[in-house]
Amino acid sequence: MSHFLDRLNFFRKTADTFSGEHGIVTNEDRGWEDAYRARWQHDKVVRSTHGVNCTGSCSWKIYVKNGLVTWETQQTDYPRTRDDLPNHEPRGCQRGASYSWYLYSANRVKYPMVRGRLLKLWRAALAEKKDPVDAWASIVEDSVKATEYKSQRGLGGFVRATWDEVNQLIAAANVYTTKQYGPDRIYGFSPIPAMSMVSYAAGSRYLSLIGGACGSFYDWYCDLPPASPMIWGEQTDVPESADWYNSTFLMMWGSNVPQTRTPDAHFMTEVRYKGAKTVVVCPDYSEASKFADIWLHPKQGTDAAVAMAMGHVILREFHLDGKSEYFTDYVRTKTDFPVLVLLDRRDDGSYVNGRFLRASDLTGGAEQANNPEWKTLAFDENSGKLIVPNGSIGFRWGEKEGMVGKWNLEPKESLSGAETQLRLSVNDIKDEVAPVAFPYFGSTQHPHFACTEHDAVQVRNVPAKKIKLADGSEALVATVYDLTLAQYGLDRGLGGGNVAKTYDDDVPYTPAWQERITGTPREQIITVARQFAENADKTHGKSMIIIGAAMNHWYHMDMNYRGVINMLMMCGCVGQSGGGWSHYVGQEKLRPQTGWTALAFALDWHRPPRHMNSTSFWYIHSSQWRHEKLAMTEVLSPLADPKQWQGTQIDYNVRSVRMGWLPSAPQLDQNPLAVAKAAAAAGEEPAPYVVKSLKSGQLGFAFEDPDNPANFPRNLFVWRSNLLGSSGKGHEYFLKYLLGTTHGVQGKDLGEEGGEKPLEVKWRDAAHGKLDLLVTLDFRMSTTCMYSDIVLPTATWYEKNDLNTSDMHPFIHPLSAAVDPAWESRTDWDIFKGIAKAFSETCPGHLGVEKDIVALPTLHDTPTELAQPLDVKDWKKGECELIPGKTAPSLIVVERDYPNTYRKFTALGPLMSKIGNGGKGINWNTEHEVEALATLNYTVQEEGVSKGLPRIESDIDAAEVILMLAPETNGHVAVKSWAALSKITGRDHTHLAIPKEHEKIRFRDIVAQPRKIISSPTWSGLEDEKVSYNAGYTNVHELIPWRTLTGRQQFYQDHPWMLGFGEAMCAYRPPVDMKTVEPIIGQKPNGNKEIVLNFITPHQKWGIHSTYTDNLLMLTLSRGGPIIWISEIDAKKAGIEDNDWIEAYNLNGAIAARAVVSQRVPEGMSMMYHAQEKIVNTPGSEITGTRGGIHNSVTRAVLKPTHMIGGYAQQSYGFNYYGTVGSNRDEFIIVRKMAKIDWMDDETSSEATTVEAH
Amino acid sequence: MSYLDTLLFGVYPYLAGAVFLLGSLARFDRDQFTWKAHSSQILSNKNMRLASNLFHVGILLLFLGHFVGLLTPPELFHALGISAGAKQILAIVAGSVAGLMCFVGLTMLVQRRLNDPRVRATSTRMDIFILLLLYVQLILGLLTVPVSLMHMDGGNMLLLMQWARNVVTFDPAEAVAAIGGMGLLFKLHIFLGLTVFLVFPFSRLVHIWSAPVTYVARPYQVVRQR
Repeated sequence: MSHFLDRLNFFRKTADTFSGEHGIVTNEDRGWEDAYRARWQHDKVVRSTHGVNCTGSCSWKIYVKNGLVTWETQQTDYPRTRDDLPNHEPRGCQRGASYSWYLYSANRVKYPMVRGRLLKLWRAALAEKKDPVDAWASIVEDSVKATEYKSQRGLGGFVRATWDEVNQLIAAANVYTTKQYGPDRIYGFSPIPAMSMVSYAAGSRYLSLIGGACGSFYDWYCDLPPASPMIWGEQTDVPESADWYNSTFLMMWGSNVPQTRTPDAHFMTEVRYKGAKTVVVCPDYSEASKFADIWLHPKQGTDAAVAMAMGHVILREFHLDGKSEYFTDYVRTKTDFPVLVLLDRRDDGSYVNGRFLRASDLTGGAEQANNPEWKTLAFDENSGKLIVPNGSIGFRWGEKEGMVGKWNLEPKESLSGAETQLRLSVNDIKDEVAPVAFPYFGSTQHPHFACTEHDAVQVRNVPAKKIKLADGSEALVATVYDLTLAQYGLDRGLGGGNVAKTYDDDVPYTPAWQERITGTPREQIITVARQFAENADKTHGKSMIIIGAAMNHWYHMDMNYRGVINMLMMCGCVGQSGGGWSHYVGQEKLRPQTGWTALAFALDWHRPPRHMNSTSFWYIHSSQWRHEKLAMTEVLSPLADPKQWQGTQIDYNVRSVRMGWLPSAPQLDQNPLAVAKAAAAAGEEPAPYVVKSLKSGQLGFAFEDPDNPANFPRNLFVWRSNLLGSSGKGHEYFLKYLLGTTHGVQGKDLGEEGGEKPLEVKWRDAAHGKLDLLVTLDFRMSTTCMYSDIVLPTATWYEKNDLNTSDMHPFIHPLSAAVDPAWESRTDWDIFKGIAKAFSETCPGHLGVEKDIVALPTLHDTPTELAQPLDVKDWKKGECELIPGKTAPSLIVVERDYPNTYRKFTALGPLMSKIGNGGKGINWNTEHEVEALATLNYTVQEEGVSKGLPRIESDIDAAEVILMLAPETNGHVAVKSWAALSKITGRDHTHLAIPKEHEKIRFRDIVAQPRKIISSPTWSGLEDEKVSYNAGYTNVHELIPWRTLTGRQQFYQDHPWMLGFGEAMCAYRPPVDMKTVEPIIGQKPNGNKEIVLNFITPHQKWGIHSTYTDNLLMLTLSRGGPIIWISEIDAKKAGIEDNDWIEAYNLNGAIAARAVVSQRVPEGMSMMYHAQEKIVNTPGSEITGTRGGIHNSVTRAVLKPTHMIGGYAQQSYGFNYYGTVGSNRDEFIIVRKMAKIDWMDDETSSEATTVEAH
Repeated sequence: MSYLDTLLFGVYPYLAGAVFLLGSLARFDRDQFTWKAHSSQILSNKNMRLASNLFHVGILLLFLGHFVGLLTPPELFHALGISAGAKQILAIVAGSVAGLMCFVGLTMLVQRRLNDPRVRATSTRMDIFILLLLYVQLILGLLTVPVSLMHMDGGNMLLLMQWARNVVTFDPAEAVAAIGGMGLLFKLHIFLGLTVFLVFPFSRLVHIWSAPVTYVARPYQVVRQR
């Protein structure tokens, strides 16, 4: 009744005693205990998860009490998958468990915010001009006004605005940009749709409807391993983490599993109890290293040398000495080892390996009527003949009648269907032994990495067979197997030099050779390689390598990855349960992909959408190319003629765009709407008109003149991303050139300094502040928000409905709204819907129904991937005709009904029923699904373009569209898609989905419990009650070809650019010299000693993925602000003690952080966990005079031409599939103790701007 | 003057006392989670042990001294053979020692509360007010010592005791009469003392009610019934 009265019990306090008066029983009031019970009472529990970045994809219980989210705990109701596996639960980590902090934290963005100066200008302009588009024009066309707000980016000064006001402003900017410069000057950046696919789709659907470009992320993050598309024709496909439990030999190579894959790590620890061996390869003593039975710690960046030496051992013992029948059979049928390669004669009489022999090289095209240039050959042991086996990419497209259905891996001759046994080596039937020259890069000098003295050209003997070509000449061929043995430096008794008899020979790629480069003892290499292979042999492939992005972040990432993957292929591990390549970074499998693409890229209304590879986009538009110091001649093969390989990185990129390989944004150097109008005025069809204009030079590509104001990216949307606080390599260049604000760039550009200028690009004075409008959607005030013009408050992951899948487990589950979006925040879906509405309303008088010309690169998994088979021809140089879709991008006219953008956004367009749906080269009819959606979501009743079509009003409607259209969540679609694939492979695959044909997963199902998805041909593994998901499983077991030139896993890459840059086969390539330290070291002394360290940016323990580094709980567990780890030895050298403030800098910029001095770190290396916000506890830099930067303040993106290859089977562009990647680990920094800590927290000196907030 | 005297020393004591008791009761019943000492030791521990102990020991002795000194009937100590003058000397000596201890401690605490950025940032206005109130009250109390030294006969002391006794025996008119001729310093001290009671329920002082004194004598194990 009353706390006080209940305690008035002095006279009856003791009810009893026990233990001889030592204990008493009292009648004291116990009401107070309810307070503790109420602490954990709640009103409801809602299922959600963490929605942008986390592979974990853990299902969480979100607790709501009094209308507020109070805390979260791990869900435990995952369905059981296979009976012999441990539970998936518990899944979750300390980061996810602290996410709810954000909802009501001071960091929450609560209202639409606009930079005060911009808002003042906008209100004045609107009052004067009345029309919003005219008002926007009056601001951005006036350089004084434009500079006034652009120069304040990042310096605060936000004021509140209303949704109506910001939507109108954004719409005006978009309409103005579309009308004035073209829709492809509007860019959107958002990463990893898998984690909240509806939220991603909201923005990309809006952009795709108006013709804006969506930027890729996987390649930009440098998480995309180009080795995967090269070898498999697959973006990235990996085993689920439960498959680790099926392995018996687990290597963690540069992957810190317990720290960065926390919810999955239990499978790794559990399988050790079953007897699996664990080997960790990692330069630092990471958390993963603690789990190792053997820990190898090679010098960072030299992993390829380790992998090559292990490959040397495996090839010697298990292939050359013929120890494993299983391996021999696997490489014969599943890899390109038996495929023949032409040997080209060099001037000195030696040979060099060239391209694959093609059917078209032989008389009559070896009787192959269709695509003979795209069909590879091998010798057959059964018939003794040179044959065209099934499965090469030529069989995938355009086959007729009897030749349909030969795109498979059956060991058959394609014409007769005769059984074959392909010959691995021509050694037994050789006509001669050819001296073949191989490039060797390990002797390249580098200021911080060891090199050897071996010749840059290594001539080794290779067995070769003579064949007769169509033109009557004779040529030598060798198999990939023969070339690989030579490349790995194995002595086969063929004489000649540069090969090793024993492991102790100092010849490239022996275990002895790698000691000098990696510092790893040869015995360890031999032991691990031998055990790895022996295990794979005995278990038929149950050796697995878990790999992080670490090794992929080096300039020569391909070599690191191909070295490792080669080991797996040699040992028959790929596609086998418990084996294979497990790269878990960044792509975070979007399982219902083909259902999602329709929604996300508005394929239901317009095709094709505009996609862009972000690395090239940022590299060019943040003018990093103006500071380029890495010459392409430095990375060229010693066998290539430098005269034929001239130009800088941007030149290669421009050529690539021109030839239709890579996309570009913007595309043409004029407004595509205006170009279409000009064509109409000239009375010509748009595409031929563009071809003519391109050839005459009247029209060009935007990348040929990126500093021309006509080619600036004018508007940028960033959502679900922290572009400027995290992934923006060359952060300071972004600030200087793209944003035009305070920056820390220390170097001078090529104009001021001299140096190799581009050949294909017009050099102008540098442009600053290219972006007119930067709009960021976020729930927290991130670094990116600080630099934005408009910040829109989004719903957090506990306030919206969305879908979530991962590559780590086979479930699909939701984000669902535990509470409504707090304050004035809205879901991403509602925000872009609102912008679409404002856009439609702003169009009249400016934009109507317009024709837009879209330039589409030659794409992987489409017939255009067969573009230039034998040689690279550039139409601009007159080497060939300009043929859109063949030697240049396709030019496609898309009609955009701009005033109807909102109606199109909110309804499922007619193309789904008319054209159907599909992905990865197959298509199916989807009429039934559209009908079902019409009844499920209801149809649009209002008059207009969308009348009668299924509605997509809410985020749940959008989720239902994805679930209904995707084979992974709709059994009927799965059967249809497998049937579509069966037609091309000639094998029936529908048995993989028929048992689940009537399963349909709806949104409410996954809210009730995570659901297991259905197997689909989009992916190369199976969702099955018997096997765990494993990449390449259907290739190995269903004999579906890999989507490569040979149809097999490729050790060998034969594109002319691959040969030119010396990467036909895997090699060790030392890190490149970024040259950013020498010009500045010692130039700006502060009295403290300066040391030079390699700069590594791994995943952290206290942020990223499910929370960010500004989370107070995580900051409390860490050091409370930015930190850089350095070794004890280096710290001593520089007089740095733990927790000292240090500065890390080079020509790119500077970082101020605290030092963590630790035994964990090896000498010469520093580690800064990436994405530590500079908004928390970051003082000013002594070098730049402005606030210390983020980890990317000292990095700069560099491009590699081999990633720009296109129109060439697996080496063709695909969104997030292939393209340039933003590597950053070759960078070095100067580290020194700071002398003065300046918090820069004084009032700004300039006159304050005051705008009345709403 | 007498009007004001009646208000401050005849009415105000009952007002302050009523608020003190009813306020404490209301807060205890309605706001259990605010019933705490609200220690800031976790934020700044420097000299805290010394300052806090000096203050607490000093102020407890002062409280005890005032309680016994003001409310013990003069007849009782006269019967024990202690004269008023002797009692006054006792009061001055004990009070000065305890007062100085308390003064040193409180000075350190006030300094800390105002100047330590972490403590200051987490202080409520009431936290600062109550501390300064006690500080002023303590200084006033110490200032009465030299005044009292000029009147060693104990006469003033007896009048003050008279006032206290009349207040607790509900004879406000007599109480006012007893204090009417007292010096301003004493009146101010009494007024602030009553004010401490007045603001008591609204401050962290409520922890005094819950001082765990019985803890010293409790059995090893205490089990509560359902």
